[in-house]
Amino acid sequence: MLGRTLREVSAGLKQGHITPTELCQKCLSLIKKTKFLNAYITVTEEVALKQAEESDKRYAKGQSLGDLDGIPVAVKDNFSTSGIETTCASNMLRGYVPPYNATVVQKLLDQGALLMGKTNLDEFAMGSGSTDGVFGPVKNPWSYSKQYREKRKQKPQGENEDSDWLITGGSSGGSAAAVSAFTCFAALGSDTGGSTRNPAAHCGLIGLKPSYGLVSRHGLIPLVNSMDVPGILTRSVDDAAIVLAALAGHDPKDSTTIQDPVKPWMLPSLNDVSKLCIGIPKEYLVPELSGEVQSLWTKAADLFESEGAKVIEVSLPHTNYSIVCYHVLCTAEVASNMARFDGLEYGHRGDMDLSTEALYATTRREGFNDVVRGRILSGTFFLLKENYENYFLKAQKVRRLIVNDFANVFNSGVDVLLTPTTLCEAMPSLEFIKEDNRTRSAQDDVFTQAANMAGLPAISVPVGLSSKGLPIGLQLIGRAFCDQQLLTIAKWFEKQVQFPIIQFQEPMGDCSEILGNEKLASVSLKQ
Amino acid sequence: MAAPVLRLGCAGRCWALAGVDRGSRLRRGAPNGFTFGGIRGQMSTAPPPPLTAQEPRKGAREWEAVVGLEIHAQISSNSKLFSGSQVHFAAPPNSLVSFFDASLPGTLPVLNRRCVEAAVMTGLALNCHINKKSLFDRKHYFYADLPAGYQITQQRLPIAVSGRLTYGVGVGTPRRVAVRTARVKQIQLEQDSGKSLHDDARAQTLIDLNRAGVGLLEVVMEPDMTCGEEAAMAVRELQLILQALGTSQANMAEGQLRVDANISVHHPGEPFGVRTEVKNLNSAKFLAKAIDYEIQRQIKELENGGEILNETRSFDSRLGCTVPMRDKEGKQDYRFMPEPNLPPLVLYDSASLPAGADVQQVINIDCIREGLPELPSVTRDKLVQQYGMRPEHSFTLLNEVGLLEFFQNVIKETRAEPKLVTNWVLNTFLGYLKQQSLAVGESPVSPSALAELLTLLDTKVISSAAAKQVFEDLWSSPGKTAAQVVSEQRLELMEDQAALEQLCQALLEGHPQVVTDVKKGNPRAVNKLIGLARKATLNRADPTVIKKILEEKLAT
Repeated sequence: MLGRTLREVSAGLKQGHITPTELCQKCLSLIKKTKFLNAYITVTEEVALKQAEESDKRYAKGQSLGDLDGIPVAVKDNFSTSGIETTCASNMLRGYVPPYNATVVQKLLDQGALLMGKTNLDEFAMGSGSTDGVFGPVKNPWSYSKQYREKRKQKPQGENEDSDWLITGGSSGGSAAAVSAFTCFAALGSDTGGSTRNPAAHCGLIGLKPSYGLVSRHGLIPLVNSMDVPGILTRSVDDAAIVLAALAGHDPKDSTTIQDPVKPWMLPSLNDVSKLCIGIPKEYLVPELSGEVQSLWTKAADLFESEGAKVIEVSLPHTNYSIVCYHVLCTAEVASNMARFDGLEYGHRGDMDLSTEALYATTRREGFNDVVRGRILSGTFFLLKENYENYFLKAQKVRRLIVNDFANVFNSGVDVLLTPTTLCEAMPSLEFIKEDNRTRSAQDDVFTQAANMAGLPAISVPVGLSSKGLPIGLQLIGRAFCDQQLLTIAKWFEKQVQFPIIQFQEPMGDCSEILGNEKLASVSLKQ
Repeated sequence: MAAPVLRLGCAGRCWALAGVDRGSRLRRGAPNGFTFGGIRGQMSTAPPPPLTAQEPRKGAREWEAVVGLEIHAQISSNSKLFSGSQVHFAAPPNSLVSFFDASLPGTLPVLNRRCVEAAVMTGLALNCHINKKSLFDRKHYFYADLPAGYQITQQRLPIAVSGRLTYGVGVGTPRRVAVRTARVKQIQLEQDSGKSLHDDARAQTLIDLNRAGVGLLEVVMEPDMTCGEEAAMAVRELQLILQALGTSQANMAEGQLRVDANISVHHPGEPFGVRTEVKNLNSAKFLAKAIDYEIQRQIKELENGGEILNETRSFDSRLGCTVPMRDKEGKQDYRFMPEPNLPPLVLYDSASLPAGADVQQVINIDCIREGLPELPSVTRDKLVQQYGMRPEHSFTLLNEVGLLEFFQNVIKETRAEPKLVTNWVLNTFLGYLKQQSLAVGESPVSPSALAELLTLLDTKVISSAAAKQVFEDLWSSPGKTAAQVVSEQRLELMEDQAALEQLCQALLEGHPQVVTDVKKGNPRAVNKLIGLARKATLNRADPTVIKKILEEKLAT
């Protein structure tokens, strides 16, 4: 049952094939079994079981709250959860138990979802590997897949296989690993420069970054307020649409959410793509792009074209400047947002009490890792009076140009843009850490952060396996607030590419027992 | 801008005023020192401040002083600027703190509509241009009572700009009102900080976040003032406007109105000098004193070949001088940045209001303009027109807290002429209050009691001298009515013509010298007998009647 999609298991719950408590227990058991993935920082077993019990009662009375009732979900540990420790994988917030729920968390709970736990990430979501959190790195479940292991056997190099695990990408790597390893049916990530789409691509998942303003950020511990969006990680586009429908809409607690009410929607099935225009931004063909990704990208474009869609090359001329400007804007906001962590009201407090300033300095040195401190320093530099105009203001102007680039393309009749999500498939950890966090972030966000700069909806769809047997995802970028259209196209695309389901080997064990008796491949993409 | 010229050492026309209120520094309660209508010349000849008391040096060049103000007014609102926390003065520490106020991670600001309306009202009342689009910014600094590490303010594009404040200062002898105008540079919405309480003994700082996030209007005034009194009067006028609008209680003692003054001096015709900022002036009296002290300090410093540092100073009210502030040394770089969590604040007028807009979601400047209450300047004009009082009297009536209401209540209940009422309220009544350091609300004499007294005086039931006596009794025995006092003490005017004639006859017979003097051609000699007659009748005799009888008798 766990191998099924959210929509399928939801149907199973409604039909009484399984109860929420049974489902919950299966997930908890799998969480324990996959503990070595380090996907979860906190497993909220008691909370989940209690919620499942409530859900049982509702189903027994025939009063289900909807598609999400009784569905196990996980939440990235940078969303505030009432009464549940929320750490951002930082010493600064170790032991911090928020007194309130993020709006998105509350909405999931209000719909009856079961909170399995809080997932691992890079400290304060700053990173693209999920390797830089205080609780250690997250391991990609595909490291233990049959698909990957079989290919590796052909190349006798892994004497010490266990140390050669793959990164999940990040920073929402915990959420991606949790969904990919079937320990829940959907997970919340956050996406500031690609933090949801990047690990989705590396873990063979759907990773949705909704339009900025469509989903409330209240309770999401910010990285960059002007770009942060709660992200959704699922095993199918339909599932992402179900979760988005539950989360979208105005929140009086977030003034940047849209005022117009969002109507509930059901994702239609698209049969005809002949009226669509797909843009292929030529600037996204960069030398660093792996040949395999490029070839899948081309194949995907051909697929759209062969099915009758108009596929055209388009230009986003300011793309090259995007990542640098993103870096300036990101660090500036980080410097500002992190100012509140001074050890006075909550979180870690250093021992130094010579003066308030000394207390701040000790607290912040002990509380933040090098990556966070480095970004604070850069951001503070960019915001200095003498630098503001040269850096921050210029970056904002370039951001406007990037927004205009997208607007021009969409105004010319393009419905969605098709791009790679990442340069290549997931790297082994040992290779990944050869470069520092900043370099990796700049490389890994190259295709994704522009959508954040422009506030556009974007989705990573897994399209196939690399020669190493690892997932590769492609990204679709849509018009602002046309998330539904984007999802509809993504659903069609997903159906066409028939991405294979992950098959586990040791140490995951044969999970078929837990995942359900049916043949795994048959679970995917049932209409 | 015509700045009065200050001469070193000899008090210019501003300096003669600078000592206003000097004689009543122990007075508590309501702000005073704003009186124009002369009660016993109390304010007209105050001595110049001590520092100015220098002999003018030969060849000394003239100095001009320039004063600009930054005024923080706490918005009168049930909840804070960006959170739902309540706002109360003197609530138990940290009892009014929302998650946002404590800067819990993930919380976001939500703009309080009431605060925006208060800013628009204030902007309109100060003749400002209201920006239809304004922006919020973060101003960063680390301080224990600033939980987020930044304050949300409006640095780039504030809600209101380019206004003016018209106020009056007392000039000349006798006092009359001279109208002055100071330009308002801008009004911005911003958050207040919390409060730090330093416990030096235990080397601890205690933080109270009740005030953190309360909405403030920062009113930035151009440097159009030239001395402490002008600044104090401008602040008083602003205070009256805010109170009339209801946008701030503007009580300086409770910190709802806080003033920072930027001060510099220069020689006429030369560019402005380096300015200092005197912070946290929490009473009008200290404001005036601090500014005048600082002007003199700067002049003295420059005269002695020193230089003025661009620094922040505070006013030591015990020593009566300004001192550099310790913890604000060194230039702060506030690293301003747009507040990303608040979209631009967009206001509408009736012309730009989108069709079908939700009235709960939009603010219409024109609607606010129509709803503005009467402003103090209009109230004063009305008083002058309606009651024929002098403009300075109208200023005093408004400047003293509660006095206008008292006056209007007396007017309502008495048959006496407004002029008589004005005179009694501003001289006798206010004089008693000042003498005993009481606020109007603490007066033992109610408006009705005074009204009755003035009716008795007006209808000639009692003499003017007796009225004073009755007032004194009313003051010392609250609760009595004027009629009671008059009857108990038999203060009614004597109407018995025969008795009065008899009295006068006796006086003439008892003072032959006076009779001789009058007959020798000194008619004023008779005043002595009138006085004696009043004394003999315990003020009950109408002096005009006595005079008439005496003159008749002397003429025969």
